Amino acid sequence: MLKMTHLAKVYRTEVVETYALRDFNIDVKEGEFVAVTGPSGSGKTTFLTIAGLLETFTGGHYHLDGVEVSQLDDNARSRIRNEKIGFIFQAFNLIPDLNVFDNVEVPLRYRGMKAAERKQRIMDALERVGLASRAKHYPAELSGGQQQRVAIARALAGSPRLLLADEPTGNLDTQMARGVMELLEEIHREGATIVMVTHDPELAARAQRNVHVIDGQVVDLAEEPRFHAHAHTAHS
Amino acid sequence: MFGYYVELAVRSLRRSKALTALMILAVALGIGASITTLTVLHVLSGDPLPGRSASVFMPQMDPRDKERDDHPDELPTQVTWADGMNLLHAARARRQALMAAGSTPVQSDDLAIDPFIVPARYTTADFFAMFGVPFRYGQGWTAADDESRTRVAVIGAELNDRLFRGENSVGRTLHVDDVDLRVVGVLAPWRAVPHFYDLNSGNYSVGEEVYVPLGTARAAKLKRNGSIECWGNKSSDEANMETANCVWLQFWVQLDDPAAVASYRRFLDGYVHQQVALGRFERPAVSALPNVMQFLDQQRVVPSDVKLQVWLALGFFAVCLVNTVGLMLAKFMRRAGEVGVRRALGASRRSVFAQLLVEAAVIGLAGGIGGLGLAVLGLAMVRMQPGASAELAHLDLTMLGTTFVISIAAAIAAGLIPAWRTCRIAPALQLKSQ
Repeated sequence: MLKMTHLAKVYRTEVVETYALRDFNIDVKEGEFVAVTGPSGSGKTTFLTIAGLLETFTGGHYHLDGVEVSQLDDNARSRIRNEKIGFIFQAFNLIPDLNVFDNVEVPLRYRGMKAAERKQRIMDALERVGLASRAKHYPAELSGGQQQRVAIARALAGSPRLLLADEPTGNLDTQMARGVMELLEEIHREGATIVMVTHDPELAARAQRNVHVIDGQVVDLAEEPRFHAHAHTAHS
Repeated sequence: MFGYYVELAVRSLRRSKALTALMILAVALGIGASITTLTVLHVLSGDPLPGRSASVFMPQMDPRDKERDDHPDELPTQVTWADGMNLLHAARARRQALMAAGSTPVQSDDLAIDPFIVPARYTTADFFAMFGVPFRYGQGWTAADDESRTRVAVIGAELNDRLFRGENSVGRTLHVDDVDLRVVGVLAPWRAVPHFYDLNSGNYSVGEEVYVPLGTARAAKLKRNGSIECWGNKSSDEANMETANCVWLQFWVQLDDPAAVASYRRFLDGYVHQQVALGRFERPAVSALPNVMQFLDQQRVVPSDVKLQVWLALGFFAVCLVNTVGLMLAKFMRRAGEVGVRRALGASRRSVFAQLLVEAAVIGLAGGIGGLGLAVLGLAMVRMQPGASAELAHLDLTMLGTTFVISIAAAIAAGLIPAWRTCRIAPALQLKSQ
């Protein structure tokens, strides 16, 4: 589903080159739930934005659902983002002027879907996250957990092949975070492929597989002694 | 998607009311000033014979003597009686009309109405058909009436209202200057703007209310007006105008296709050469055959200050637009976060660009509506100025359409740079910074 090989992302200024990712390799199979962990500045979010085609990369290869994306133009990348990828952000990123219904509708609008089909999908997605009754509410009228559920509904409405979640519970209290995590697990059980970036070892432990990123590279935890205890706790 | 973009634009404009109001005000002020001056220019430089002006021509020649050296390069815009009659009777054009201006007192049968003076035109039969003058009742006179100097008249709508209460007055008698004329036609309201067929009575003078066959008017000694240019020693008093060395008549012809124009040009050139050979014309054998719009250009009918005012207004509009660019940039960049989200959810740069330009167009539309209101006020102020041209300053359908075309196009142009910069924002950066 998602395969990066020797991928590199370099930020260049006149005097310095900074590698955000170097020789980055990852292979996420269809239906997997992968947690990407690592310290701040390790390159997790850069990985996620490249995976979501929001950023380009400097070298290497990236195949998404069998398509090499490096040569695609903005239109093609936008179309893939719209049809195959669903995003869940830490800050929810709902559009404040749009009500819940209209927020969930955004990706469907760019797909050129008919109004009746859009409505059906939106209501199905809101039912799915338990917020159908809040369709006319604005984001500011909802709790953080509810806003994140709306964001999940927005990601699900387009029936994406891949869900990319960036610290999806980072702005939520424990109870709300648990609810959101249970929802993601449920979505995964129904067959979705999920890649989740997180700091939280407890959340990472609930994924099928953990990928650890340090200094822009995927590392094997078994070969990193300082992470043994951490990894052990996470998997116990 | 267009409907969706309009919906988003309206929503966005409502969100930041102050900024929106400033942008709309900037566009409205620029549009108001521009449309006011453009309307005046449009009215003053308009086509007086829409659809016909390209096929109506003024034959020009120079019968003046060698003694006078004023404007030797400019051909007279009038002809002598002899030349006018020669060209008229040659009948080389599909239609031709010879004419002169006049003014005549009119006496109503109703003695309660005092006699009054109205502008008149003494002309020949083709005048009405050639210029497409609309009739409410009856019709014009015939060429036979011209020849036999029949005492007939066509009257204007206003005079018909005044004398005959707007009724069908065909067959009734019109008393002008002690002469009785039988009304054969009543015009619908009509006014050529500019008054192209005789600029001597004013570029934008009002139309005539009485039309009489030229021969009849001369025979009845109806009062003649207008410019006259004479030379030589011959008498040029009013009774001898037919033989005087004076140009005092306007002559127009209708030529429907290029072949007819070329043929008439050859005829006119031949006529002038013949007159030079006969010794009647002393100056070089030069002739011209401008059509209506060429003639108006040649005569510089539109006042130069009107054009200057248009340039000043357009300059002001440009300043307003520069301000609008700045305001739009501020507004669009403030929405970078939303743009980032939309990009993440599948909007291409092109979609975002289109969405923002639609928003700019909506601002243009609102500015156009505001500008239209200001232009209506501006034109009302223009009409309060003295002068025959001022009263013409009314917004027509063309200028109404132009208002919105200009305002929307200008707002879209102002939105190009802000929209381009906004759609180039890296979505990843925005999503991280949210």
